[in-house]
Amino acid sequence: MTYHDLNANRREILTSVGAGGLTLAFSMASKAEAQDGGLKPLNAYVRLAPDGKVTIQAKNPEVGQGVRTMLPMLIAEELDVAWEDVVIETAPNDPKTYGRQFAGGSMATPMHWEELRRVGAVARAMLIQAAATAWNCGPGDCTTAPGEVIHTPSGKKRTYGSLALACASVTPPDPKSLTLKDPKAYRIIGKPKAQYDVAKIVTGQPLFGIDVRRPGMLYATYEKAPVFAAKVASADLEAAKSVKGVRKAFVVDGDPNAFAPGPGQIGQGLMPGVAVVADSWWAARKGRDKLNTKWADHPTSKQSSKLFAEQAKTLAAGKAQRTPRNDGDVDAALKASAKTVEAAYFYPFLSHANLEPQNCTAEYKDGKLEIWAPTQNPEPGRQLVAKTLGMKPEDITVHMVRGGGGFGRRLANDYMVEAAWIAREAGAPVKLLWTREDDMAHDHYRPAGFHFFRGGVDAAGNVTAWHDHFVSFGEGTGFSPSAGMGPTEFPARFVQNCRLEVSTMPLGVPTGPLRAPGSNALAFVMQSFIDELAHAANADPLAFQIKLLGDKDVVGEAPAAYAAGRMRGVLKAVGEMSGWANRGKLPKGEGMGVACYYSHLGYFAEVAHVACSPDGAVKVKKVWVAADVGSQIINPMGAMNQVQGSVIDGLSAALHQQITIDGGRAEQSNFTDYPLMRISEAPQVEVQFLKTNFPPTGLGEPALPPVIPALTNAIFAATGKRVRSLPVTPDMLKA
Amino acid sequence: MAYTLNVNGKAVSADVDGDTPLLWVLRDTLGFVGTKYGCGVAACGACTVHVDGEPMRSCQIPVESVGKAKVSTIEGMAAHPVGKKVQAAWMELDVAQCGYCQAGQIMSATALLAKTPKPTDAQIDEAMNGNLCRCATYVRIRAAIKRASGQKEA
Repeated sequence: MTYHDLNANRREILTSVGAGGLTLAFSMASKAEAQDGGLKPLNAYVRLAPDGKVTIQAKNPEVGQGVRTMLPMLIAEELDVAWEDVVIETAPNDPKTYGRQFAGGSMATPMHWEELRRVGAVARAMLIQAAATAWNCGPGDCTTAPGEVIHTPSGKKRTYGSLALACASVTPPDPKSLTLKDPKAYRIIGKPKAQYDVAKIVTGQPLFGIDVRRPGMLYATYEKAPVFAAKVASADLEAAKSVKGVRKAFVVDGDPNAFAPGPGQIGQGLMPGVAVVADSWWAARKGRDKLNTKWADHPTSKQSSKLFAEQAKTLAAGKAQRTPRNDGDVDAALKASAKTVEAAYFYPFLSHANLEPQNCTAEYKDGKLEIWAPTQNPEPGRQLVAKTLGMKPEDITVHMVRGGGGFGRRLANDYMVEAAWIAREAGAPVKLLWTREDDMAHDHYRPAGFHFFRGGVDAAGNVTAWHDHFVSFGEGTGFSPSAGMGPTEFPARFVQNCRLEVSTMPLGVPTGPLRAPGSNALAFVMQSFIDELAHAANADPLAFQIKLLGDKDVVGEAPAAYAAGRMRGVLKAVGEMSGWANRGKLPKGEGMGVACYYSHLGYFAEVAHVACSPDGAVKVKKVWVAADVGSQIINPMGAMNQVQGSVIDGLSAALHQQITIDGGRAEQSNFTDYPLMRISEAPQVEVQFLKTNFPPTGLGEPALPPVIPALTNAIFAATGKRVRSLPVTPDMLKA
Repeated sequence: MAYTLNVNGKAVSADVDGDTPLLWVLRDTLGFVGTKYGCGVAACGACTVHVDGEPMRSCQIPVESVGKAKVSTIEGMAAHPVGKKVQAAWMELDVAQCGYCQAGQIMSATALLAKTPKPTDAQIDEAMNGNLCRCATYVRIRAAIKRASGQKEA
């Protein structure tokens, strides 16, 4: 599976966990065993040391979502050890043992909640069995306290460390046969735990991809065409090599159209460019400055944001290319509506802007490649490197290294392929580091999109008709990556007369998933237009949302089921938290807006309070979040951080960011023209997790989408001006 | 040519071109990789170090201009009376998400508290506004600075 279809296949992921995930977890990790230095592996995840230290493998890549701490918490809880005795190691990239290892889709919690607790429970059962054998009693006579097995009748104790060797002859029990702990007995789950690597982070220890060093390592920079995928026409390699410290400079032809995920889509092949390899990265950059590279013309070099907007208007005026949904009779319902609204919405391309620019270190020796990559998706990276370099995957090892931010960007592995290619060509270990400008010019952007709405309400404040003609990017019947919309997009299924239409235009710009892909854009348009209808109906927007959700608990069937009852619950909660009922008392120029959105299995409702000044400036004073991600918050410390960060991330994008395309290239190049929100603008974010009787789900993404329409709906409440295009600019709001 | 620098109280030497930014001398030549590269144009603050106690963007300082100035990096903060308090607060509140910007944040926060032991919210915003956090941990950064300064957290 490639990163492109990560979302499309979420159902498959969930199914595979249920079907075969557990058996995989209990095959021995041969590498972990070989490196254990006398420690005894109980299974692929757990090793015990005689001193009682317990080493737990963190299976998934860490990019700031806290998964390196959270997943081991699940194992440690059921194993029954003190968190202070846990040592966390990064697992090898070994999907045969660990199942899929990736950071995406907020999937780590739903995929592992059950499985990894059972991993811990099996290890605990083996320790109990080993102790029972030694005491010549039945395992039923034994229990555990953190780090020790207790013989209940006599009170005798054995530490886990002292039982490690004896466990080797114990057959692991069937994980499904074990009873997991009553949540009331949790000692670790539900307790706030700082990230395992927090001390390394605050003292500046080497931790990130960019910090990797190898003996004899050289540094590389790689110049690619501003127009995506254009080939090198000429480059002054000799001039680059004349710079002190530069060892090599060479052109890479690349094959950008290779390995396309679908017809007419941009491939995942190596992008053409010029590599400069030097003793230091600064020397490599100085060499690159001398290249004077000329690029061949490229068929997409005339594309621009301006032309996309014109094309979208033309497409919207004509007959839609496809109609994924057509319930009831929209046109008749619009005619019969008490009030109708028409509106055109737009959102721009966005860059991921990970603070750590893309980088990767690779070492090619005796026909084998070793790679250290801050990737969210190591195994597909390994496969892509194998295909591109014509190697066998088994001759390539990918080490997962902490990434300085992921946000979906590192699901793609373009930097990994480039580093591998350059290292093999250079004949030395090489660290490839992109400049910030490279990073912004060669992203897999959040795709822009256009929505043309018509909607109607009746005199009682019900939505009677909903029509969205979505103009997006793609060719044939396929969308560009992350540029799609499904036929169940809310409020579909909640409005009797509902038509969703789609038209697409070709795109030469690479796109891909950005935190809450699809949802981060769709929430803005859907929830804004619902707010427009609420105001047309002269209704309280929050009450209007609750009414729209109807009275059923669940609408539709898995995997597209929508738990309307859970959404009503968070809407009511956020209304109470924010003092929504009293919003009429806010001073002039201030307002509150509400929005809700379901994504990544989480139900979120958010209220934003803004103050708008006559010069068009917007200050977000506070945001309230009510979240329903199920029965248990595993690590409240990390959970709160993810939600607060997602909210400010969404505000940052909505208020500041856009990538515009001109001449086939991205026009922005650094944080000077692609700003992130700074601390002086960041509001307080109050969060409440509603505990409901559903399995726990993830928090890396679902808090982000609703904050954007909560913001723009608040701006409308404050100013009477409807934001239908992002980012919000002062010009839009000037009095 | 060879430059002798004072980094974290020790004399170290680097044989590099004079126009090499201090950031790259620290990271690639001297191995102080805690100082991070984010933008190269002084827009993100990830490369913040102290030069004679002042927070500076090391991506903008050619090594030839450093001279005898005392350079402190994140690796030196455990020995800094204010820096270690800031680090402790950062750990207690688990400020970081990805953690990439946090060395720069801690350097700016330490410089602030060294001069202004009890900063107001406005002073915090002003001193910290040059440091971007892509994960947007700003709520906790504010709280950690308050905690390190012994003030009540909002």
